[in-house]
Amino acid sequence: MRPILMKGHERPLTFLKYNNDGDLLFSCAKDHNPTVWFADNGERLGTYRGHNGAVWCCDVSRDSGRLITGSADQTVKLWNVQTGQQLFTFNFDSPARSVDFSVGDKLAVITSDPFMELTSAIHVKRIARDPADQTGESVLVLKGPQGRINRAVWGPLNRTIISGGEDAVIRIWDAETGKLLQESDKESGHKKTITSLVKSADGSHFLSGSLDKSARLWDTRTLTLIKTYVTERPVNAVAMSPLLDHVVLGGGQDASAVTTTDHRAGKFEAKFYDKILQEEIGGVKGHFGPINALAFNPDGKSFSSGGEDGYVRLHHFDQDYFNIKL
Amino acid sequence: MAELLPMKDIEATASRLGIDLSTIDLHSIRLPHSDNVGIDSDDEDVLNEENLEFESGFGNIIVVDNLPVVPKEKFEKLESVIRKIYSQIGVIKNDGLWMPVDHDNEKTLGYCFIEYNTNQEAELAKERTHGYKLDRAHIFSVNMFDDFDRFMKVPDQWAPPETKPYAPGENLQHWLTDAKARDQFVIRAGSDTEVLWNDARHLKPDPVYKRTFWTESFVQWSPLGTYLATVHRQGAAVWGGATTFNRLMRYAHPQVKLIDFSPGEKYLVTYSSHEPSNPRDANRVVINIFDVRTGKLMRDFKGSADDFAIGGAGGVTGVSWPVFKWSNGGDDKYFARIGKNVLSVYETDTFSLVDKKSIKVENIIDFSWSPTDPIIALFVPEMGGGNQPARVSLVQIPSKEELRQKNLFSVSDCKMYWQSNGDYLAVHVDRFTKTKKSTYTGFELFYIKERDIPIEVLELENKNDKIISFAWEPKGHRFAVIHGDNPKPDVSFYSMRTAQHTGRVSKLTTSKGKQANALFWSPVGHFIVLAGLKGFNGQLEFYNVDDLETMATTEHFMATDIEWDPTGRYVATAVTSVHEMENGFNIWSFNGKHLYRILKDHFFQFLWRPRPPSFLSAEKEEEISKNLKKYSKKYEAEDQDVSLLLSEQEREKRRLLKEEWEKWVNEWTRLHEEEKLYRQNLRDGEGSDEEEEYEAKDIEVEEVMNVTEEVIDFEYDQE
Repeated sequence: MRPILMKGHERPLTFLKYNNDGDLLFSCAKDHNPTVWFADNGERLGTYRGHNGAVWCCDVSRDSGRLITGSADQTVKLWNVQTGQQLFTFNFDSPARSVDFSVGDKLAVITSDPFMELTSAIHVKRIARDPADQTGESVLVLKGPQGRINRAVWGPLNRTIISGGEDAVIRIWDAETGKLLQESDKESGHKKTITSLVKSADGSHFLSGSLDKSARLWDTRTLTLIKTYVTERPVNAVAMSPLLDHVVLGGGQDASAVTTTDHRAGKFEAKFYDKILQEEIGGVKGHFGPINALAFNPDGKSFSSGGEDGYVRLHHFDQDYFNIKL
Repeated sequence: MAELLPMKDIEATASRLGIDLSTIDLHSIRLPHSDNVGIDSDDEDVLNEENLEFESGFGNIIVVDNLPVVPKEKFEKLESVIRKIYSQIGVIKNDGLWMPVDHDNEKTLGYCFIEYNTNQEAELAKERTHGYKLDRAHIFSVNMFDDFDRFMKVPDQWAPPETKPYAPGENLQHWLTDAKARDQFVIRAGSDTEVLWNDARHLKPDPVYKRTFWTESFVQWSPLGTYLATVHRQGAAVWGGATTFNRLMRYAHPQVKLIDFSPGEKYLVTYSSHEPSNPRDANRVVINIFDVRTGKLMRDFKGSADDFAIGGAGGVTGVSWPVFKWSNGGDDKYFARIGKNVLSVYETDTFSLVDKKSIKVENIIDFSWSPTDPIIALFVPEMGGGNQPARVSLVQIPSKEELRQKNLFSVSDCKMYWQSNGDYLAVHVDRFTKTKKSTYTGFELFYIKERDIPIEVLELENKNDKIISFAWEPKGHRFAVIHGDNPKPDVSFYSMRTAQHTGRVSKLTTSKGKQANALFWSPVGHFIVLAGLKGFNGQLEFYNVDDLETMATTEHFMATDIEWDPTGRYVATAVTSVHEMENGFNIWSFNGKHLYRILKDHFFQFLWRPRPPSFLSAEKEEEISKNLKKYSKKYEAEDQDVSLLLSEQEREKRRLLKEEWEKWVNEWTRLHEEEKLYRQNLRDGEGSDEEEEYEAKDIEVEEVMNVTEEVIDFEYDQE
């Protein structure tokens, strides 16, 4: 089917997230307004106004009641999804890069960037059921390793936190004590900045994308490297189909070099790979800037991509897609 | 040599300089070539070699003898005279001139020492002033300081040289005996140099040998493929062997920049250019010719860059490489270079000029050897404002007899192309039109092998067309020309003999509007790749010249280099590091079918390993191509087997991958089930797994639609 072009952001996209039911799509961009869309027809439902900087990441609670957004304005905000009302603001001393709700939505993991002499950090906040009881206190703060942490997500049963960032190492932390449990091996792991990290639907494995032009699939519990997907471009965004054994990699050359090269050289495609055979299946073209964000609808029948070009492209798969045989 | 700094020190230095180490990608840092920043190559021998080079460190000092013996009063005068003479040649170091004085009579001793900045200057000073006549009685005798030492060490008694026992070498041609008749190639990417088999049947390369920091600038195969040459600061080296690559020989030549093999790979020519201390002087050029097998220096040529720049593109460092062109035919008998108004032809028996003198040719600017015979084609441009016409001549060596000559009028530019068998010579001539404002193009075609060497003139149909590219069919009688005036040029094919016109050139076809600017004939002829490089972004057209039809049109986006394998079966197209993106290479079959693709960052070189010429005679080859069906049956069967095996292997591989994945998935499902209860607790008892999510429940909802109040009359009519 022809993709639905969703033009609502004025700056490059940074993150995309479907709610659990798969009927809403939340998008974050460098303009200050996270936006919610109908995941079916791409109609814009509304924006969440209040941030004063690029919004890097968001997550939505399982009941689609709460939205949490992390922004470069050094705040993380909680929103009422339905009304767009700001419920709470967490203040930090540096830009917030990533946010993730735990299973049960009672905790959130937030990463903050290194800034001035501050190092990067991972914060765990308790999310109160009633916004009136919400406090800004951290349950746990992990002082981060070198460089920015681009993504931190919860491990199975909220027992661990998985992080990846500029130092190209994936780390698993104990979510209770803050102890570093495991680190990915320098040899087999990524060679450059990890830009994105996404869990499978059941949380058993996760996929990391890196500027070293590859994406890697890991076991969440043991941090065993299971698969490697090699591409020609730095990977900015990754997604996994919940339905078929497919992974999608998005990226493209650095935005600063885009204007100086042919559009074909940019390779701003969303590349589909067979998850098991690690072979390329095909690509979806369309963006005229690098792809910064990718998300699969939880039903696996559509996906959306967000680019440096400021567009969100919503793709519903044709029947052919489900019959692909390698 | 730099010592390894502990990480702490590096961090401290970085913070002092205000650099955030975490923002630096160490892998993106490229060190300049030819500078190892104090980190030595892992090759121990290279280290030893360095020690050899700088034996004494007095290489920049000369001793000037036969000076006048003067008393104290005249000392300063003599010194200033000497200083004047020797500072013209190079920069004398501070306190670099020392004239010893006899203590008894305070007279000079008749010699002095001069220390220059560089060895090259000292050598030059020795060359220029040895035998310099200051006056009748004082003829300078100049020696290198090091030479005294060296000659002093010569033993007085002659000792017979030791006879080394014969050590059998490896079969250097072992790669030709590959059972699958594959070809090798070398690639250089990043700091790695790698030799690989082109395993086209398996659609992948098969590694042979890999080495990091193998060379400091580039690698080069010898013309028959026996050796792989590497270039280092201390000199060049050649490598080869049966199964791996061992170093066979080294050729000391400090700061060597360029190398060239003779066609029969008997000799290696090395070139270096040295910056002079005085910026007004031209660069100093050193060219050495080595015997490849023994490593012996056969002859060296030294001089300023200007001496070697004639005939080149001109400019400040306009030495056109190779300086020496070798006569072909595999015997490496002659080599030649252009000088001012002369053509110097040397023979390798004595490494001196043929007949002890150069051939005088006024204003010669270009020459080339016939690929098979000792014949030189040379070009002399117009002189005297057009009074003396331009001229192309064919000269036989060693007789120096002129075989044929053709005068050309109002020539602006001229290029010579030999056909690979030396049968034909095409001279591409750009001529001025009468107004001298524009040029038009024609070809002078020489039939070398026919009696009296007839010449035919070919002009393009459209006189305004520019020639973009020209190429002879190897071993054939056809040639291809890309010509045109507009962005999409035409490609024409001509034949030197056709059925209708024996001994006359005729056009076969012209295809219009091609996206091509370069021609790559298959080394066995018949097929050609019309390539659109640079501006055309790597358009490729595989063309069959026998049937005059296109076999495939394709693209290797941004391709910079194209090379046929020596057998004409495969074509490699590569994107080298001139582009930042897309680096790597593609392998195609001769008819344009894409076989495989390898991506490598910082890709510098792709070179097929050449093969020596076939031992089959022309008749035998003819016979084989006639009975091709018979021979090809065997190979087709082999191909079939391989492809069956391949698909079998592929299926097996996939099955294993699938099995392995299943194992993971089962494990995950098990754990997921185990944790189900915990998860439910975390979600306050809400069903946690997807299937429960969509469980249908009947929920009765009562909703108040409307509330109206109505006063109903109710009478309390009760008794």
